[in-house]
Amino acid sequence: MNEYTPILALLALGFGFGLFSVIISGFTGPKRYNRARLDAYECGIEPTPQPVGGGRFPVKYFITAMLFIVFDIEIIFLYPYAVAFDSLGLFGLVEMVLFISTVFIAYIYVWRRGGLEWD
Amino acid sequence: MNEDLSVFGVDPWWLIGIKTVVIFGLLVLTTLMTIWGERKILGRMQHRIGPKYHGPFGLLQSLADGIKLALKEDVVPSAADKVLFFIAPVITVTAAFATFAVIPLGPVIDLPFTDRVTPLQLTDLSVGVLYILAIASVGVYGIVLAGWASGSTYALLGGLRSSAQVISYEIAMGLSLVAVFIYAGTLSTSGIVAAQDDVWFIFILAPSFVIFLVSMVGDTNRAPFDLAEAEGELVGGFHTEYSSLKFALFFLGEYINMVTMSALATTLFLGGWAAPWPLSMWEGANSGLWPMLWFLGKVVGFLFFFIWLRGTLPRMRYDQFMKLGWKVLIPLSLAWIVAVSAVRVVRLQGGIDLRWIIIAGVVIALAVLALAFIPEGADPQEGAETEPVPFDAFAGGYPVPPMPGQQSPDLPPMVAAAAATGGPNDRQDAGPDAGQGAHRA
Repeated sequence: MNEYTPILALLALGFGFGLFSVIISGFTGPKRYNRARLDAYECGIEPTPQPVGGGRFPVKYFITAMLFIVFDIEIIFLYPYAVAFDSLGLFGLVEMVLFISTVFIAYIYVWRRGGLEWD
Repeated sequence: MNEDLSVFGVDPWWLIGIKTVVIFGLLVLTTLMTIWGERKILGRMQHRIGPKYHGPFGLLQSLADGIKLALKEDVVPSAADKVLFFIAPVITVTAAFATFAVIPLGPVIDLPFTDRVTPLQLTDLSVGVLYILAIASVGVYGIVLAGWASGSTYALLGGLRSSAQVISYEIAMGLSLVAVFIYAGTLSTSGIVAAQDDVWFIFILAPSFVIFLVSMVGDTNRAPFDLAEAEGELVGGFHTEYSSLKFALFFLGEYINMVTMSALATTLFLGGWAAPWPLSMWEGANSGLWPMLWFLGKVVGFLFFFIWLRGTLPRMRYDQFMKLGWKVLIPLSLAWIVAVSAVRVVRLQGGIDLRWIIIAGVVIALAVLALAFIPEGADPQEGAETEPVPFDAFAGGYPVPPMPGQQSPDLPPMVAAAAATGGPNDRQDAGPDAGQGAHRA
């Protein structure tokens, strides 16, 4: 048995539980057809028609996602460095500071261009 | 890697089964108790009693709520994407359960009735904490898919907000953990607990802990950062369209995430299952099943903190919230990482006396503190808006009230006359005036 087997077991149990609940809820509850109930909820008024293709949403969210990727990669690089910290010594510190400052320049650029503003 | 993971991955299948079911049961039970505790504590904070009818002290309240939800109609909106609508809650709850796999509940113990030894932990990986962060990110898919698949505007906006919020605070959280790994030298959760044998990381890495604490609340969508469920703006957020057990799964997922985050904070900063100070003087405190008790006690402490926050703080505005995450927490944790690693390198090389480091640290801390008190420059927009803007009472074809900075127009003669004499509709305005007049007379 390897270390990942128990994770699979827990995943399977959680997934099975979720699937069971989703399926069982279709049987346990009542079923009374009502056209208005199947509409999207908008506080009682007729729902806004959804535009074809899902419509648009603010580009801010897209920028946030892109920034997330940049920083997530930075984190992924920092973790192995942190684990091997004691054996890398001063050399590792200099390298890491150079790396962080490189990403930080991009961060400052985004900040100055208003990429972090929400209004 | 130098950590010893030889005790993991050797359990027979039946032991894995038992541990899996125990962890599953523990999570479900903790969730039920947390919901009960939350309602009870919030009730007390608001001078109410809270749930009390179902079971002793209302303990069975959340179970009753779960059964009630199961007996409700399962509405699938006609605009929904059926497959994704079904699978989104499953993804959320699966990811929530799976994150707990590598949390250490206790040390290695002797198994009764056999000659086996086994750790009180489902499993551990050499990339343990990375695994937790990775699976927690998978949970975001559940939110995004639920929001998108509902085919509803509120759900879509709530899903977007929620995912943007979770990923923003995940960065701050990931960065706050780097200092822990520098000190522990490993990513495995049991290794990190072992590394806190001497001193808990909360004492030497307090700024990391604070950043982790804030981002943990942001990451779990909890008050005061529960913007995804801001009732006044977005109704229920991404689960607006969900009902019956599907809604219960999202609810369960949120509370399991809270428990997992509390467990992670305990593991990384509070010494995991190690007994706290006065108890640690007792020899047997860190053997047998006792550590599970200390561990659960610490987790319950964090859960109380979550509930306390909800009972105390009002919800934040979205732009303030994103500003806190991106402009405060991230640069702060980057600076802290550099500071921690610089200090540690200096100590490892033994070049400078420790006293100088402490003095430099105090000076820097004072400088940062002083910077925090410098008032922000006045917003240039505020000064520009002082001159009165012409007011159009029917802008866009609808009657609108004057906005701040706009002057209300001259009233038509009839209305003005009515206001002056005190018409039937403005008693409140007329009252004080009339009283003043009488007094003067």
